[in-house]
Amino acid sequence: MTASEPRAVSDSDLDPPALEKQLAATWRTPGGLWGVLSTVDHKIIGRRYIITAFVFLALGGVLALLMRLQLAGAERRVLSADRYNQVFTMHGSNMMFLFAVPVMEAMAVYLVPLMVGSRNIAFPRLNAFSYWLYLAGGILLWAAFALNMAPDVGWFAYVPLSGPQFGAGKRADIWAQMITFTEVSALAVAIELVVTIFKQRAPGMTLARVPLFVWSMLVTAFLVILAMPTIMIASTSLILDRLVGTHFFNPAEGGDALLWQHLFWFFGHPEVYIIFLPAVGMVSTIVATFARRPVFGYLAMVLALIATGVLAFGLWVHHMFVVGLPRLGESFFTISSMSIALPAGIQIFCWLATLWDGRLMFRTPLLFVIAFMVTFVMGGLTGVMVASVPLDTQVHDTYFVVAHFHYVLIGGAVFPLIGAIYYWFPKMTGRLMSERIGRWVVGLLFVGFNLTFFPMHILGLQGMPRRIYTYPAEMHWGTINLFVSVSATILTSGFLLFFIDVVRSLRHGPPAGANPWGASTLEWATSSPPPSYNFARLPVVGSAQPLWDRPDVLPVVCGLRADRRELLITSLRSAEPQARESSPRNSIWPLLAAIASTVMLISSIFTPWAMVWGAVPVLITLIGWFWPKGTPEDEG
Amino acid sequence: MARHALSLIALLCCGCAGWQSALDTHAVQGTRLAHLIWLFVGVCAVVWVTVTVVLLLALRKKNDCPDDGPHTPAEASERRMARIVRAAAIATAGIITSLTIVSFYATRELTSAAVAALDLRVRGYQWWWEVTYLDARPDQVFITANEIHVPVGRSIHLRLAAADVIHSFWVPSLTGKQDLIPGRENTLTFTPQEVGIYRGQCAEFCGLQHAHMSLLVVVDSAADFEHWRRGQLAPAATPRGPEQETGKRLFENKACASCHNIQGSTASGTIGPDLTHLASRHYIAAGSLATNRGSIAAWLADPQTIKPGNNMPRVRLNAGELNALSAYLAALR
Repeated sequence: MTASEPRAVSDSDLDPPALEKQLAATWRTPGGLWGVLSTVDHKIIGRRYIITAFVFLALGGVLALLMRLQLAGAERRVLSADRYNQVFTMHGSNMMFLFAVPVMEAMAVYLVPLMVGSRNIAFPRLNAFSYWLYLAGGILLWAAFALNMAPDVGWFAYVPLSGPQFGAGKRADIWAQMITFTEVSALAVAIELVVTIFKQRAPGMTLARVPLFVWSMLVTAFLVILAMPTIMIASTSLILDRLVGTHFFNPAEGGDALLWQHLFWFFGHPEVYIIFLPAVGMVSTIVATFARRPVFGYLAMVLALIATGVLAFGLWVHHMFVVGLPRLGESFFTISSMSIALPAGIQIFCWLATLWDGRLMFRTPLLFVIAFMVTFVMGGLTGVMVASVPLDTQVHDTYFVVAHFHYVLIGGAVFPLIGAIYYWFPKMTGRLMSERIGRWVVGLLFVGFNLTFFPMHILGLQGMPRRIYTYPAEMHWGTINLFVSVSATILTSGFLLFFIDVVRSLRHGPPAGANPWGASTLEWATSSPPPSYNFARLPVVGSAQPLWDRPDVLPVVCGLRADRRELLITSLRSAEPQARESSPRNSIWPLLAAIASTVMLISSIFTPWAMVWGAVPVLITLIGWFWPKGTPEDEG
Repeated sequence: MARHALSLIALLCCGCAGWQSALDTHAVQGTRLAHLIWLFVGVCAVVWVTVTVVLLLALRKKNDCPDDGPHTPAEASERRMARIVRAAAIATAGIITSLTIVSFYATRELTSAAVAALDLRVRGYQWWWEVTYLDARPDQVFITANEIHVPVGRSIHLRLAAADVIHSFWVPSLTGKQDLIPGRENTLTFTPQEVGIYRGQCAEFCGLQHAHMSLLVVVDSAADFEHWRRGQLAPAATPRGPEQETGKRLFENKACASCHNIQGSTASGTIGPDLTHLASRHYIAAGSLATNRGSIAAWLADPQTIKPGNNMPRVRLNAGELNALSAYLAALR
């Protein structure tokens, strides 16, 4: 126990090697299982989050291939109707709730504290808790699938199909409870990010100097905080309808089936931007680094991010254009849906201007950005098409929409994400990924993606609806479907090659050094991979490109204690130092609290009383979590 | 990218004709929508090509530069780019405003109320369609399933309702889709322009057999429609010969009668489709099988293999019973 030490050890008392040794002792994660389970280091948790999310991506990809096998020809019987419905529900739920949202937040968990020049994320134990809860939610869903009791009502779970009368068994309950797990964890991370970004920025990093990726995560975090409660209300109401016989969604008893759709899409549409905005931040970061200049129009970019975030809450009804709402309302949502093209367009134009003016280094991350632009613009334009009410009445719930949102989500978010992995992999592991394989990955993903998804536009216009497990031969959809299924193998090989490159580079990649790309943001100011304390001395920032100002000198602050976990708190707008704040130590209690919560939530699927007796262990673990342990941090 | 454009054109030319295509339309509303789709495709294609060309030019301007460190942008070029970006943003706003106005007028046109010649109620069930021909005179009302006959050139008005879960009525060759929602009534209007048979299917996921919930809209000439309508108003054909008579008796006495209605028999169930004129329809089981005696027998023998999970139970029948029952049903023209 360092608590008994008589005198505070400040970083200004120590020479660099002694300081690093002291900081490493203070911030270290012990080896062995105990360390693994109790760590609160944002880098370890972030890495875990990212790896888990990519595992779910791979699993979701396998489901997609199963669907493509089934649909490769008319009347094929690879999957039964029941299994197919489970598979497409799992694919959507898995990709949205277990891959896309968590992976973006995971990247932020790892990167944001480094990019703002802090030692750990705010509320690090909550961070650990959120990961365990997310893992439990994912295991719940996949265990249900393994037991042939996975949800089969679509990732949107429309009532009454998912309600007590038509959704037999526990399938819809498992879906709804999986939502609880992932939403709680997403909300926790969002709050950590907002506080980290608002209060833990390096001195001098005014709001006008915050990196664009951090800005995008800030807007995303607010979207999560505002959107996720709606889906939790919806899924909880659904559980209540199913479990204790309430009638929120039962029209026969005064409930309303459309209420569900409003609640779901009030969350569901911002969800798309929760996935897309972080990707925008990644693109801006990569473009700046490889064009060797700051992104053109920083202010316009930030305003576009915020505008997108605000507008995101005004377009949920465009998922409901055929439910028979009043025409005036529909027209309003056409206008709002169209108008979101404006901030998106401004961002595209600013990137184009940056590339136009830049001196480009054609490395793999930049190639992914190029693939992103070509693909995402098309997805955005088909988005303008589905925003038109009359046009949407023809393409809604068809393969045209399937094509559209894969263009937006894979082209708009996964391409930048893989590019971002190539970009930040050296920071996270200390090793570079292969440039040669990287080019193949870009090529295979880009070609495979377009060959797979472009023809789906045509299928949709030819009348092929979504979510059908089979179709008769006389519809003549067979040829295009076969083409799509074969093309999917190209896309798959791209992903496989990417995973191979990751595993190979972990061992054999060339050492990266602190800043292999000559980038401008603070995460590159520390070693690769960063030490447990991130920075020996916290940096001071004088511009939006701190490492480009004077590449050899980076001003730092001193005066923080090295013998206990301490962060610097700065003011919200201008990032002036305000206080030293202690940061919690490693703790096993977040894991125990997550286990207790998991037991409570899963049991509640079977009996509502679980919420009563299940709350007791949760309470005990929370008391353990917050009980003062007599560590020096408690004095703070 | 040119490859995409070419393959698109090739596929559209040969592939979009069909009896369930949003681009091969045979009603006023569908045609209006097809024009709208082509307009949007055209505008979007121009925008996409423009952005891609600018991107390629930006990339081609310089090959892989040596890394000479970051550079500070020149102020003159920044100002020039700001002007261009602003112009592009204004152009974007202009395009989306015009498209919004265009789609607003299209909506108004599509929903403008013409006096309907025919008023129908379509009720969605898991997984079939009940169609009621409404009329002020009760003796002119009749019920059928999964196949809608309408006269060409007249405005048809549908009242859409759902019995269980949400379904969506979609016959793309005629008009856009509209949901059928429990506890609500939606409406849809279309004016077919050409005699023909058009296929549609449920577009909102409605459970296990969502894929097998199709329907046909048969657009007849006025005379053919009137002939068909009179046929539907009549009670079911009387059985001919002992085999069909046995079949009728079986239908009335087995489980069949508790779910299905056949006018002119004692079977009056309302849970399943009305079978009074079953054999006059092109398909049975909402588009699952073409109607003939063999397919009817196959369906009776084991409905759960053909359409797993549907609400028709397997009724135990021996070979003779199956024969008689299918003979009776296949004669219900």
